[in-house]
Amino acid sequence: MSLTYHLQVVNLLAALLLLISFAMLSQRRIVGLVTLFAWQGAALAVSTALVGWSTGQHHLYYSAALTLALKVIAMPWFFYRLVKKLDVGRDVEPMINIPTTMLIGIVLVIFAFNLALPISQMSGTVTRSTLGIAMATVLLAFLMMITRSKAIPQVIGFLAMENGLFFAATSATYGMPLVVEMGVALDVLVGVFVLGIFFFQIRETFDSLDLKHMEKLKER
Amino acid sequence: MSTGIVLQIAQTLLAILLAPLLMGWVNQCRAWLQGRSAPPLTQPYRMLRKLFHKDAVLAHDASRLFRFAPYIIFACMVLAAGIVPTIVNDLPFSPAADVIALVGIYALARVFLALAAMDIGTSFGTLGARREMLVSFLAEPALLMVFFTASLISQSTELPVIVQTLAHKEFAIYPSMAFAAVAFWMISVAENARIPVDNPTTHLELTMIHEAMILEYSARHLALIEWAVALKLFTYSALGIALFVPWGIAPRGDLGALPLALLALLVKMIVGGAALSLLEAISAKVRLFRAPEFLGTAFLLGVLGMLIHFLLEV
Repeated sequence: MSLTYHLQVVNLLAALLLLISFAMLSQRRIVGLVTLFAWQGAALAVSTALVGWSTGQHHLYYSAALTLALKVIAMPWFFYRLVKKLDVGRDVEPMINIPTTMLIGIVLVIFAFNLALPISQMSGTVTRSTLGIAMATVLLAFLMMITRSKAIPQVIGFLAMENGLFFAATSATYGMPLVVEMGVALDVLVGVFVLGIFFFQIRETFDSLDLKHMEKLKER
Repeated sequence: MSTGIVLQIAQTLLAILLAPLLMGWVNQCRAWLQGRSAPPLTQPYRMLRKLFHKDAVLAHDASRLFRFAPYIIFACMVLAAGIVPTIVNDLPFSPAADVIALVGIYALARVFLALAAMDIGTSFGTLGARREMLVSFLAEPALLMVFFTASLISQSTELPVIVQTLAHKEFAIYPSMAFAAVAFWMISVAENARIPVDNPTTHLELTMIHEAMILEYSARHLALIEWAVALKLFTYSALGIALFVPWGIAPRGDLGALPLALLALLVKMIVGGAALSLLEAISAKVRLFRAPEFLGTAFLLGVLGMLIHFLLEV
């Protein structure tokens, strides 16, 4: 190992990110899911700031601060309130049982690692080896969106996917330009609020947040 | 060489003698956390003495296997205690078995316990043996995955080489070992019949696994099995220490490091025992059919550790 210590810590945080993704896949309760999402944001913010510090890319500090403010504080707080208001904190059974989901998850991780290997060899950054983890996080979040039928876990899966993309950008090219990042952050924030309003509408129409009901949406 | 043999015997004896103490410490911590007044630290020793002084009762239908099983189980655990480095690394006996053979030794003890439980023919014994097999056949591959992760880092399946690589080379953070550590914790909880999978103090037929198997044993046989259980907990803790916090284990031939190594072992065991009882106090026992999910997660973490090793550490 010839990496410096802070880069080793970045690697550790990347591994933690992947671990949290798997924890989210196996989580049955919505409140636990929100907490895990906040932890994922925290790991992401710390690793972004560390990469910024160790490579001298100071605009990454702003990204880290933005992540911390939005994904660790604002959105989890909003989700907690939403869960309380909608009264949906109970257990949710995913559509595929959890051990099977985990096994599919492992296959996805192997796929992502293999996919990232040639790409990361072309990249010139010191953090390129974490690109595979970033892609695995994206795919796992996608899997979570597929296997959950309730609205809030799907939105959290979408946000976790955004986390993975953000991490991929950091590890492959030291982050996107700040203007783009601000734009994405604003988009995500607005998206979450709009979806929050949608939740109430969906529940009012169907008496439940289960999106299975929307498949039967036909005029009679 | 002769000092090596003396140290080997001393280390094995120390493990045998300290094992009930670790059990007593865990029980004491647990009693405190549950708000009960704790039994004294030496309670396991007293229980062993009491059991050794009693007359053994055997069922009419018990075969020889039933009588020999406790000795075999105890011998397996002593063997494991001789292989796992607790104070000194790379002793003369440690080349006898690598980590894979060590898993085999644990499996041998488990097979004899299960056979003895079924030998009597009571329904409880059979039930316990089946449940034990359900838990262990899931725990074993996960344990092997943890060992493989450590072996990939040190390029060897020999425990002394693993400890040597992790403890005495230049310090590096291994993300894969973080995964392996969590997996190892889950496996050792399941293998030692602790709370999320089995409750060591229960005698409720719906939930007990390990206790159901040893219900028919009495006196010296029971004492040997209880001692073997304590030794198993001790060797698993020593394994965890050797793999994940090996700093302090004395390298071969460095007699000056011995007192420090002993002190380090005691401190790690005290902290580890307290952590075990704390986690037991805050978690609830899962249903038997959730145990495969628990161990499946452990297996997954072990595999993830290996994958992460290939991605980040090669």
